Amino acid sequence: MYVADSRTTPAPADPGTRPGGRGRALPHAKAASALRTVPRTVFVLGTVSLITDVSSEMVTAVLPLYLVATLGLSPLGFGLLDGVYNGVSALVRLVGGHLADRGGRHKAAAAVGYGLSALCKPLLLLAHGVPLISVVLAADRTGKGLRTAPRDAMISLASSPRTQGRSFGVHRAMDTAGALLGPVTAFAILRMAAGGYDAVFTVSFCVAVTGVLVLLLFVPGRTPTAGTAAPAARVSLAAAVGLLRRAELRRLTLCALLLGLATVSDSFLYLLLQRRLDLAQEWFPLLPIVTAGSFLLLAVPLGKAADRWGRWRTFLAGHLGLLAAYGLVLAPFHAPALPLVAAVLVLHGAFYAATDGVLMAAAAGVTPPELRSSGLALVQTGQAGARFACSVLFGAAWTAWGDRTALSAAAVALAASATVCALLQPVRTTTEVAATETAATEEGSAEPSTAPTTDPAPTTEAAG
Amino acid sequence: MNVRTRIVVLLVAVLVLGGVAVGSVLRAADQAHRKDQQQTTGPQVTAGQVALDRAASARQARLVFRSTLWGPHRDELVSVPASDPAGPRTASGLRCLRFYTAAGTGSCLRAVPGAMAGHYEAVVLDSRLRARRHVPLVGSPTRTRVSPSGRMVAWTVFVSGESYTGLNFSTRTSILDTRNGRFHSSLESYRVIKDGRPYRSPDINFWGVTFADDGHFYATLATRGTAYLVRGDIARRTVTILRGNVECPSLSPDGTRLAFKKRVPGLPVDAPWRLYVLDLHSMREHPLAERRSADDQAVWLDDHTVAYALPGDFETDAWSVPSDGTGHPHRLMPAAQAPSAVR
Repeated sequence: MYVADSRTTPAPADPGTRPGGRGRALPHAKAASALRTVPRTVFVLGTVSLITDVSSEMVTAVLPLYLVATLGLSPLGFGLLDGVYNGVSALVRLVGGHLADRGGRHKAAAAVGYGLSALCKPLLLLAHGVPLISVVLAADRTGKGLRTAPRDAMISLASSPRTQGRSFGVHRAMDTAGALLGPVTAFAILRMAAGGYDAVFTVSFCVAVTGVLVLLLFVPGRTPTAGTAAPAARVSLAAAVGLLRRAELRRLTLCALLLGLATVSDSFLYLLLQRRLDLAQEWFPLLPIVTAGSFLLLAVPLGKAADRWGRWRTFLAGHLGLLAAYGLVLAPFHAPALPLVAAVLVLHGAFYAATDGVLMAAAAGVTPPELRSSGLALVQTGQAGARFACSVLFGAAWTAWGDRTALSAAAVALAASATVCALLQPVRTTTEVAATETAATEEGSAEPSTAPTTDPAPTTEAAG
Repeated sequence: MNVRTRIVVLLVAVLVLGGVAVGSVLRAADQAHRKDQQQTTGPQVTAGQVALDRAASARQARLVFRSTLWGPHRDELVSVPASDPAGPRTASGLRCLRFYTAAGTGSCLRAVPGAMAGHYEAVVLDSRLRARRHVPLVGSPTRTRVSPSGRMVAWTVFVSGESYTGLNFSTRTSILDTRNGRFHSSLESYRVIKDGRPYRSPDINFWGVTFADDGHFYATLATRGTAYLVRGDIARRTVTILRGNVECPSLSPDGTRLAFKKRVPGLPVDAPWRLYVLDLHSMREHPLAERRSADDQAVWLDDHTVAYALPGDFETDAWSVPSDGTGHPHRLMPAAQAPSAVR
């Protein structure tokens, strides 16, 4: 094992995990793992994410209204801090990932992250100016950055190598369900109490605290790898940096980065779709919901598919789905608007379902357990950074050449990246992994919560 | 702790948190309810007939606006005599978030009655406030204007981001021709001309249309962090960038000057504007006597007076100030948005 000088004993699986998941499983265990439910820990973490997403999306849905209608702020002042947030978030994610690995404190790191975001909700009530609100939102983002990698590491460590994809699929589906429920809850409250933004924030806070409690009470305290190692066992920074010397992880990160560079952000895609079809304006807010719905429904099936015929292949196939979506937007034919929109958005959701959790599952397979969180944070950060760069580049291309040419360029880049990645083939197929990896190598992952709704914002919008 | 204890702890916590949550919603609902009760202070408001043309409004000049005074007529369109703006109000029964009127045509941006929060529509009104047309909106209303003839109607909404990773808003500005029904759903489809050349960028946003006539308008175009004044041509579907640092222009009745809000360096980030007037002939500008930051698209009460809204006890108060930079700001009326004049 790579960095495991200090910990030679492979850990037994977490209590929440069935024993069937290791090595070349016995036939009956294999069947059981295919049919049985996902590990309890995964469900608990899914529940935590669901609850937390209800809480955060409640705020997201009403914040613009609140700022404009209640505080009388003009939105033009915002936008600018965006790049800073993204940078901070990436840095925090790496730090959070690394700290969680030290002594196997995944749960503690995640709890700090969830807790920090929860505390930000009541602070929103007190912050009445742009600078203060920016600070609160930055703190909220910091919490999100901190918790993502440790949480995904826990998901992967709790799952057997064979069912990583399914576990992540279940988690992402639950996460997305929360994201869909949040706005509904918020608007229901505003309906009961016109102008009751303080009630929205208070309820959001209560929901967030519930999420933290579920995490604290029901997620096992020590990650299995740490459980066996001496408490003093520490993962050094050098070891974390040493992850980069692992060829497979390096190639995987490189591919995630390459593909991320050609992944046009959601808002741009919706804007292009709207322009291409001259969609009636009232449809516009529905576009992200359709994507999320498709993601929600496909996350588990595609996660399972990834376990069966290869995570890397599924990840690449997801990008081909995105390429197909670009193609439909660019296609010259005059299709009836609704079926075309539906096809593009279903593909878009399928892209997330085939890549978001699946990438983490793939990354977990090439990261040793004691560095799981750091490894996943590395891949996520690479991907998120690349997507942010893509937003900037795409904005520039749009300015220089117009929207269709910019998207065509993105499509060519995506096809090229996918080809390169197919040739690099950074991860062996699942069956090989399952056959060769030892018990300690259960896969895991951490992800920027790339739910469509939280995509790095593009440079598209600023207004007053 | 065994599992059972944990479940009990969680249940207790959920009960407590649920209590807090329900309590906060009830309290907010109660506050919302209280805003609908008759208030003892402020101008008297009584239900009556509000009209958008002079013939119907008892031949006296009147001001029509959204009254934000708490009570049964909160947020309704009301009218007052132009000679006594702070006096008793006649309430129309029609609720609008944003309103403007010219030549007997009204534009009312409102929450769709009975729909979920967050659903808005534009309603084009005739001079008796009867709805002639409904257009769904994609975001929360912010500005609206009607051309001097009453034929063209424009509005701007905020399309809120789906994410608070980006507090990036975009705006959508639309123009409706009420005579032939032609609808320009977004000015972003217009060609932009800057320094004589086409300009393209994905981050373009428009807001704050003010009409010169039925074919031409001024508005704000923002791109790359700068808000420009543009002149638009509806028939040719073009906008031409005229100069920078102009937001929410408002054309004087004689068509010679624009009142606008300008970002002045050194002001706080959440109150960055001052009201200015730009002479379109000389392209010279001068500040108005109002020293507070006004985040509004001003209206001209006549060729010498500009009105605008500032935060007040009941959301906003309407203020006025001479357009030549002299004098002092004067509170026109409490609990009101900037009014439209029915001449």
